[in-house]
Amino acid sequence: METRIEVFTKEHFPDSVGNEIASEVEHIGITSVDEIRMVQVYLVDGDLSGENIRRICGELLINGLTQDYICINGSPNQPEVQASEIKLGPKWQGDDTHAIEVTRKRGVMDPVESTVIKGIKDLGLSARSVKTAKRFLIAGQLTTDQLETIANKVLANKIIEDVFIDKDNLFYEGRNEAIDEVFHRQELDILDADDEQLLEVSERGQMYLTVEEMRTVQKYFVTLGRKPTDVELETVAQTWSEHCMHKTFKGIIDYNGEHIDNLLANTIVKATSELNKPWCVSVFKDNAGIIEFDEDYNICFKVETHNHPSAIEPYGGANTGIGGVIRDTLGTGLGAKPILNTDVFCFGSLDMPQETIPEGILHPKRIFKGVVSGVRDYGNRMGIPTANGSIFFDERYTGNPLVYCGNVGLIAKDKCEKESYKDDLILLVGGRTGRDGIHGATFSSVELTHESEMISGGAVQIGDPIMERKVTDALLIALDLGLYNNITDCGAGGLSSAVGEMGEELGAVVDLEKVPLKYDGLSYSEIWISEAQERMVLSVPPENMEEIRAVFEGEDVEATFIGKFTGDKRLHLRYKGETVADIEMTFLHDGVPRTTRKATWQLPSHKEPEIEVKKDYGEDLKKILSSWNVCSKEWVIRQYDHEVQGGSVLKPLVGVDNDGPGDACIVRPVLSSNKGIIVSNGMNPKYGDIDPYHMASSAIDEALRQVVSVGGSLEEVALLDNFSWGNTSKPECLGDLVRASMGCYDTALYYGTPFISGKDSLNNEYTVGDKTIAIPPTLLISAICVMPDVAKAISMDVKSPGNLIYIVGMTKNEFGGSHYYLTHGFVGNSVPRVDTEIAKRTMDLLASATGNGLVRSCHDCSEGGIAVTAAEMSFAGGYGMELDLSQVPVEEGIVRDDTVLFAESNTRFVVEVEPQQQSAFEEAIDGVSYGYIGKVVESDMLTVLSLSGKKVISERISDLKNAWQATLTL
Amino acid sequence: MAVDNNKPRAVILRTAGTNCAYETKYALEKAGADVDLMHVNQLVRDKGLLSPYHIFVLPGGFTYGDDIAAGKVLANQLRQQILDELTKFVDDGKLIIGICNGFQVLMKMGLLPEVNGAQTSLAGNKQRFTLTYNDSNKFEDRWVYLKSDSNKSVFVDNDSFMYVPIAHAEGKFVSESQEDIEKLDKSGQIVFKYVDKNGNISDYPWNPNGSSGNIAGVCDSTGRVLGMMPHPERHVDPTQHPRWTREGLKAEGDGIVIFKNAVNYINRTF
Repeated sequence: METRIEVFTKEHFPDSVGNEIASEVEHIGITSVDEIRMVQVYLVDGDLSGENIRRICGELLINGLTQDYICINGSPNQPEVQASEIKLGPKWQGDDTHAIEVTRKRGVMDPVESTVIKGIKDLGLSARSVKTAKRFLIAGQLTTDQLETIANKVLANKIIEDVFIDKDNLFYEGRNEAIDEVFHRQELDILDADDEQLLEVSERGQMYLTVEEMRTVQKYFVTLGRKPTDVELETVAQTWSEHCMHKTFKGIIDYNGEHIDNLLANTIVKATSELNKPWCVSVFKDNAGIIEFDEDYNICFKVETHNHPSAIEPYGGANTGIGGVIRDTLGTGLGAKPILNTDVFCFGSLDMPQETIPEGILHPKRIFKGVVSGVRDYGNRMGIPTANGSIFFDERYTGNPLVYCGNVGLIAKDKCEKESYKDDLILLVGGRTGRDGIHGATFSSVELTHESEMISGGAVQIGDPIMERKVTDALLIALDLGLYNNITDCGAGGLSSAVGEMGEELGAVVDLEKVPLKYDGLSYSEIWISEAQERMVLSVPPENMEEIRAVFEGEDVEATFIGKFTGDKRLHLRYKGETVADIEMTFLHDGVPRTTRKATWQLPSHKEPEIEVKKDYGEDLKKILSSWNVCSKEWVIRQYDHEVQGGSVLKPLVGVDNDGPGDACIVRPVLSSNKGIIVSNGMNPKYGDIDPYHMASSAIDEALRQVVSVGGSLEEVALLDNFSWGNTSKPECLGDLVRASMGCYDTALYYGTPFISGKDSLNNEYTVGDKTIAIPPTLLISAICVMPDVAKAISMDVKSPGNLIYIVGMTKNEFGGSHYYLTHGFVGNSVPRVDTEIAKRTMDLLASATGNGLVRSCHDCSEGGIAVTAAEMSFAGGYGMELDLSQVPVEEGIVRDDTVLFAESNTRFVVEVEPQQQSAFEEAIDGVSYGYIGKVVESDMLTVLSLSGKKVISERISDLKNAWQATLTL
Repeated sequence: MAVDNNKPRAVILRTAGTNCAYETKYALEKAGADVDLMHVNQLVRDKGLLSPYHIFVLPGGFTYGDDIAAGKVLANQLRQQILDELTKFVDDGKLIIGICNGFQVLMKMGLLPEVNGAQTSLAGNKQRFTLTYNDSNKFEDRWVYLKSDSNKSVFVDNDSFMYVPIAHAEGKFVSESQEDIEKLDKSGQIVFKYVDKNGNISDYPWNPNGSSGNIAGVCDSTGRVLGMMPHPERHVDPTQHPRWTREGLKAEGDGIVIFKNAVNYINRTF
């Protein structure tokens, strides 16, 4: 029997969810809503008496003080109201009350369902199934169109949810009906197909294999003398996808006539091997790169993108993005403990008018909110601090937002290597397999169109962080006990990729019917390529079978043996005893045909602006401070738990009121030790509009500047590269990639900072009608630094009146891609470069001055130059500053105040020094450009004198802070 | 691990989503306790496992994802399966502390604000206090000042003032009536109130969730059960303070005192 239980907040208590939704509805321009109340709906199916239902409601489902409930009971055809008499008052009964009910579509993850079943079991009762829905009661005069708008723009995403407007579907009839599973071994007739037919097969199956690749597959099966099965072709498509194989980066490129065989090996990986740092433990081979930490542990770090899913379903996309990168760390070596999350997002501007948003695209604000809450809910629930990140805005990200998620792990020194052995069993642990995430790997490798949500809805999923938390707890126990030989995560491509990778050298046999399913009806092919979340694959010696199963059982995690590694170097899949795939591992992993692609690049020429000289730049400063990219991100940061695990040393928000913009975060992974790690990031796509080479070197410079700003040194810094690019089959787009990679190579080599891991996400374009919008080439550089003693850390807020202010580094006429130009509507051409004569020495000397305790605060100059840096230091510390531009070291020929204030030259720092340390500090940084430019003052004014000694900025720091804080308040 | 017989023994309950076990263990050890972690499955299977311990800890986290409501599912489980053992634990003069999610669990199973509340409070609608969604309707991580002007709880010194972080979405303490809050205050069970940096009762953000009476933590009538939303275990080392780079490194963080008081109490009474 089914019971529908509706739980609602009592009328005299505020309904905070309802209130927030009401304000969002007002934001989208519907003003006739009086009030909104959220009703939580549970459908419980079980043999339960009225008394038992009352217990479930009273003891489990409601908070008796603030909530009440009603039950609708009985058979679906005869609903009967029972239990509590108290209902919502008359306001909620009239004609002007509407109801929108939202529920997850069948097959979409809803962790609450299994939690409620567990709770009912703890009461000593039992339920067969539970379904949940949210019912929004809306008081106010509203048209059907308005209700539709509220449903689609605020309450629901039809990709994953069903919506019922003013329409009851009390029992969701048929929701539990089994789907008959019909086993049908499918073969594809491609042996005699021509190119057109081959492409048709690839497209129909959403495999996105090119015609050359299809021909290679055809040839292989012609040689075998048989047709391929559907799952064989799927496996090839997953393995050969851009996402898994990085065909562009590893392919052959003709760059302006120059032959490049494997761009990755010739740039990024090459820098690492030439640097040959002894502290690099594992680079570019495992799920994450590993460097040394202390006597007992190493550190691993990985950053991933989850762009396309986040465009369609921002919450789920970001959710599973962070969940996925955490599994990368869990599956690095034999397993690492996740200790830190990072996140970097790129969106369209949040204030874009709705009518400028193309068809099929969610408004940037909705994407932004969804992504932030997706990362929040997963990271916080997993108990991992999110302490570093940034957000970048540009109109070109509107149709194709970028979501970078990173994770740092702590791994025991003797657990960094892994290898499967012949006869090891294949153990699948974690969440069950459903139809979710089918074709994620191939979907992420093509561009988005307004039809993407129709075709690829299945690629979008919702995460279950508590499942991943349980998997983590169980894995770390099994790791300590040494119960398995190898491990990897189920990410893109699902089992196909995980088993395919682990069994590459050995071969594997898998019995697909053994895989535990969320619901019946999946074909063997779907089981094999499903990207259902929260799953890991382990390679277990047969003698440990029982012990490892007991470990997972003790943590309430399902663990199922699904096959074994054979030693015959074949991938052999069976379904209920019948062979459905049998191909050679070598074909799968080495069979992909290499292509030669053309790449061209030439320096663009942008209009060079003529900006009038002003007497006062206070307004310009406030304009940059309040711009989307520079403004305070506190609204986001506070929603992340940045201190769980207790290791936080330097938080993302610093200063006298805990709200200034910290440069990098520092955490102590081992609480009994003062050894720490610094994590920072650098990114500036605006520079890439001029030259991706200098964009790359500036991004590296920025990430390293932040490390140095908080007290780190370049002694042990490793880098990650994450490329998000447009369609690289366009020669100009590929040319940008080559340029950026060259910048990475030169700059990393110069600074002595090796890359240890990276990832590329290509085809970030959005097509609507005949117009294609590509994202700007976007390179995220993440840096991780081991800090021997965190007590030497410094923060960016000024500390005390009377202290001296220095600028370290040379200011040049570098305005290309700057925020000063941006606020004037220009890009310009003079992009900031890294001065390889002096940049490293500048960082080294400053790092050693800080290490010797000579620096009280330090903040690097990035967007908005010296002016923004000084303003941020000032208002974060709560003291004013008096500065003199004539003391700033500049290259020859600079005569304008705005150049000194706002130019974005690299490798510059504003530094606060105590008067008694003046000579020691100047001695310490002797040999690089620096200037003693002023001091910290008791007053609340930031005063700047021009090159000719007149006041060019005279602003209250509270006004500057307000400008900086007012932008991002949602 | 060998047990040091002279040290008070603490056990931290672990289940799906208890995230703060590691740092809570560190804080208790630093305060002088001998600490074990125990999964709820183990405890339910063998309830006798609880007897050698003196301090029972429900740490922070998101048990069972905070599905239904924060702490609700674990509260339900403990109430159904080991309530008698826990009330006996308190009757034996031992200590229970719930931090953040642990506080939510203690409230929702009815062990706070009154140990014997568990038997009655959930039958019908007699519950008088609960924790619910923050006024901001958002998860927030921020540092707060706490003041105590009660000497009821063995965990807390009278007139103490401490600086610790909160990190929660459902920490607003509410009551059926203002009278209930006054009664609680009169009985000395309001252990911590949110205050501003000068020690005065203030609104948001000093009171980060809109709690009635600025209540941040309460104890039962014996003073041996404490629940609090802020995280004292996140401020036991000097480098955890958000402004140590301005204000210098102290010997230790403010939050350690809670764990030390617990350890000292056990040392005195056992």
